[in-house]
Amino acid sequence: MKSKDRNYFKILRAGINTTYQDLGRNNLYHIGIPFSGAMDKRNFQLLNSLLQNDYNSPVIEFAYQGPHLKYFGKDIFFCISGNVSFKIITKEGVIDGNSYQCYLLKNGDEVDIHSTNKSVYGYFSINGTFGVDYYWGSCSINTQAQIGPNNGNKFSKDLEIEIIDINKSFNKRKLDYLGSTIENIRVIKGTNYDYFSESSQNKFFKESFKITKLSDRMGMRLEGPKIENIVDPNIKSEGLVKGVIQITSAGDPIIMLSDHGTIGGYPKIATVISADYDRLVQLTPGSNIKFKDVSLEDAETLYKLYQMETNNIISQIK
Amino acid sequence: MIKNILNLGDAALYCDFGSDVNQEINSNVIKYFYHIKKLNLKGITNLTPSYNKLIISYDLNMHSFLSLKKKIENIEIKENNKLEKNLIEIPVCCDNNFALDIKRVENKLKLKSDIILEKFFSKNYFCYMTGFVAGMPFLGDLNQEMRLKRLETPRVKVPKGSVGITEQFCNIYTFETPGGWNILGNTPQNIFDTSNQLNPNLVNPGDTIKFYRITLDQYNEIKR
Repeated sequence: MKSKDRNYFKILRAGINTTYQDLGRNNLYHIGIPFSGAMDKRNFQLLNSLLQNDYNSPVIEFAYQGPHLKYFGKDIFFCISGNVSFKIITKEGVIDGNSYQCYLLKNGDEVDIHSTNKSVYGYFSINGTFGVDYYWGSCSINTQAQIGPNNGNKFSKDLEIEIIDINKSFNKRKLDYLGSTIENIRVIKGTNYDYFSESSQNKFFKESFKITKLSDRMGMRLEGPKIENIVDPNIKSEGLVKGVIQITSAGDPIIMLSDHGTIGGYPKIATVISADYDRLVQLTPGSNIKFKDVSLEDAETLYKLYQMETNNIISQIK
Repeated sequence: MIKNILNLGDAALYCDFGSDVNQEINSNVIKYFYHIKKLNLKGITNLTPSYNKLIISYDLNMHSFLSLKKKIENIEIKENNKLEKNLIEIPVCCDNNFALDIKRVENKLKLKSDIILEKFFSKNYFCYMTGFVAGMPFLGDLNQEMRLKRLETPRVKVPKGSVGITEQFCNIYTFETPGGWNILGNTPQNIFDTSNQLNPNLVNPGDTIKFYRITLDQYNEIKR
């Protein structure tokens, strides 16, 4: 392709943990490959809806600090979802951008994504398609297993992000959405709940836990009252799923997130319900959380309500 | 053959085949795994077989726990349904640079290194499951006199290709990853191939593994 026909972003600053993500890959746990995919599925969905893209189109996910991008090519629209501060730098000047609003970019314009506010993940995409390779049906980058485009690595400075298609019939759209936060994480008791002393079971639901800095796409480590194991600090290794809360030998909870190891040998005290997953991953290190016990039936209903709420938000895009 | 089906969170079935770890129970898990995989049920997003459990993840938009549980309980698998088994030979070099924990193993087992390695290579191993990281096979069983616990402090980085033992099991580190198994050697063979999308795993549950010993020269030759 001649360079003048290309549409692409050049990365001036990569940001922290900037990767391509989509809905992730299924049916590979048995060989040790987790789902991956966008951590916050609601914001992923909102972004593709705002940009009128396919529901599973690749987006760029970043954590804490986003990338600084310079655009080269034909006019294009971009949008950012999440609670994100960013600037748009054009020949006319610099403006502060708002999340959930589409902006036009011309050749030479820049987007500088400073930070996510009181949250972890943000998403960036365009009214079109990034040129990505697919691995097992997904372009999600899993840096731990080095699977995905860019050799399975996070983005780095000077990388060029190709755009292979621009939707020319696109109309600029926006959404008034303030995001959704949560203080109590709702869980279902785990398969090894009875491995823990009664007083520890009580502590697990009554006291609060702090999210530590040792948290990433693989898992979230918590700190708080030690959870006392009265049976065995290990179980025979078995499958894990997203949201499982294991208690380590040291008595600390660790929550499995999208890139988690597929098998684990620590007892499972509880599992975060699907309805709370998107909001859980957005909690920053240092936040305190409390767990609340719900029944399986309630969890199933809460998930349906959460989905309805997401669809309702999407219907408000104008 | 499934003793009990519980829920793991709100989007997975936890099928319990028993509490022991042996090849009979595990073969049942694997039979169910392959059978359900073949059924290609809509809305099943993952199947995770392990020693004695099978976890079935599903799309909450398409299934609820009770309805899917009923479906799985009604599956009939013939007892004589034979498991497809491959014999896979894997070269291992036990040069000092690779046998990171041989001294520790000597001390713990009170056996000389050549005896340890002779015992290790004299046996075929059964693949119980793969996972944790992509393609890592969990193999067994080691003879009684070869069993020891994992390292007190896990290594931050275990080199790719390391072959390790702990308790009744051995495994192969398919990626550089943290880990606490006792490392006896290293294989130059690629166990997980990202470019092979159809069958990236060299070793799959139910397979039999025969390790054979190679020299450092042979190791370098294969690596080249």
